[in-house]
Amino acid sequence: MAKNVNNNYNYKSDFPILNQKIRGKPLVYLDSASTSQKPANVIASEKEFYEHYNANIHRGVHYLSEKATQMYEDAREKTAKFVEAKSEEIVFVRGATEGINLIAATFGEQNVKSGDTILITEMEHHSNLVPWQQLAARKKAKLEFVEINTDGTLNLNDAAAKLEKQPAIFSFTHVSNVLGTINPVEKLTKMAKKRGVSVVLDAAQSAPHLPLNFATIGADFAAFSGHKMLSPTGIGAVYGKREHLENMPPYQTGGHMIKTVTKQTATWNDVPWKFEAGTSNIAGAVGLGAAIEYLEKIGMKKVERYNAELVSYCLEELQKLPFVTIYGPLENRCGVVSFNVGDMHSHDVSSILDEEGIAIRSGHHCCQPLMETLGVTATCRASFHIYNTMEDVDKLVNGLKKCKKVFKL
Amino acid sequence: MTQTSSSTQMYSEIILDYYRHPRNFGTISKPDASSHEVNPLCGDEVTVQLKIKGGKVEKIKFNGKGCAISQASTSMLCEHIEGKKLEEVVKMSKEEALELLGINLSPMRLKCALLGFKAAKLAAFKYLGVNEK
Repeated sequence: MAKNVNNNYNYKSDFPILNQKIRGKPLVYLDSASTSQKPANVIASEKEFYEHYNANIHRGVHYLSEKATQMYEDAREKTAKFVEAKSEEIVFVRGATEGINLIAATFGEQNVKSGDTILITEMEHHSNLVPWQQLAARKKAKLEFVEINTDGTLNLNDAAAKLEKQPAIFSFTHVSNVLGTINPVEKLTKMAKKRGVSVVLDAAQSAPHLPLNFATIGADFAAFSGHKMLSPTGIGAVYGKREHLENMPPYQTGGHMIKTVTKQTATWNDVPWKFEAGTSNIAGAVGLGAAIEYLEKIGMKKVERYNAELVSYCLEELQKLPFVTIYGPLENRCGVVSFNVGDMHSHDVSSILDEEGIAIRSGHHCCQPLMETLGVTATCRASFHIYNTMEDVDKLVNGLKKCKKVFKL
Repeated sequence: MTQTSSSTQMYSEIILDYYRHPRNFGTISKPDASSHEVNPLCGDEVTVQLKIKGGKVEKIKFNGKGCAISQASTSMLCEHIEGKKLEEVVKMSKEEALELLGINLSPMRLKCALLGFKAAKLAAFKYLGVNEK
């Protein structure tokens, strides 16, 4: 049986959506790495914004516009503090995908030349692969991959060897969305910086669970999504060192991002607004601010510890099932547990669990090249956040036993 | 509570048998028509190959990777189609294909169940398109 480790407080009650039955069973949500659920204070913050403060930001001189601008910029400040960065280094975007596209289309476009190499890893999500692949094709550059070890960790010797050849950019994920591997970010960044290589960090899976300090990590850029860290969808952030943001061309052009416009020319706004063309997702940013407040009230150290406890309990219990294969390292991992059940396809597992009110993800998790490396077409993935309990893991285990029965494994 | 098929119904003996021992699985070395279909949502894929003789499906084989529903339904469909006239194949309806499976499916799983049907029908269409020009 599950032990209670979470200081007797059940965060589940803060998340209205979890208080419902799915197919007659209480919902067990194990798909947070895809998108997390939202606490009541986040939902209330968006509602409050639209009911009391909605107006366009930055240009209005009326009360509501000033208020909305202040709320939007407060959210930026909270986001910056959350990752130990400065406000002007935080650009609001739709999410990590748009963030990495922004970096590739501006800094990448400017700094990658024909014959250069862009280095990523075999464990990247498509969002940190396809933008670089397309940039490489445009520039006639080469895309190279740091290999992974059989235990699902990154091969650091291979990373060192490939960094030795001085690629133009090294972009890698902090935490794998399939293997759960926590990469040694500071070490990798140091290795890259020693060779003068620019570093981009995909923090989509780490921002929800780990205390982040972009200043200490030392990467040139990072990107993360709000919706995986309890905030609404459609909001996320790019972190960029100020000197880079200053020197980069804009991503999109139009309103908000300009200083002056004549019929034939335009000059750009200061950073970070230079990268925020058009009307931003203002309510979303306010929601992100509320999510950060919620997480910080618990404390990211505690969020990290609790997640680690859930993940290791899940690993422990799944290892007891001889018909289950687990992917990824058994320690130093975060957020997700990927596995397969006998000769079952992950969709069939997911369908059977769904009948029990259990939501997991199945398929290739936007990591087709990684699936190829692992030699599978798909996996099941259970992922956790603060609202999950040890009891959820027990229910998952029971669900998997049902799969075994139905498929006569 | 919404009405859904229970997993014991969905994964009947018959479907599991077709999943583990698929009929018509394999490749045809020189097919007269073929089609490869992918479900981008899950990465399931299936290739259906046809050998045509006298306007009839003389031989049909499939290969691919995917869930029990997509693999079993494709296998059942191939069995059903073998020997039929091409015209009958292109006229075949979704409902007819689903009837072979004989289970209720959610909208997401319908895509799995119809992957092989889509491939077989497209292959037949391609053949007719090329040979009737």
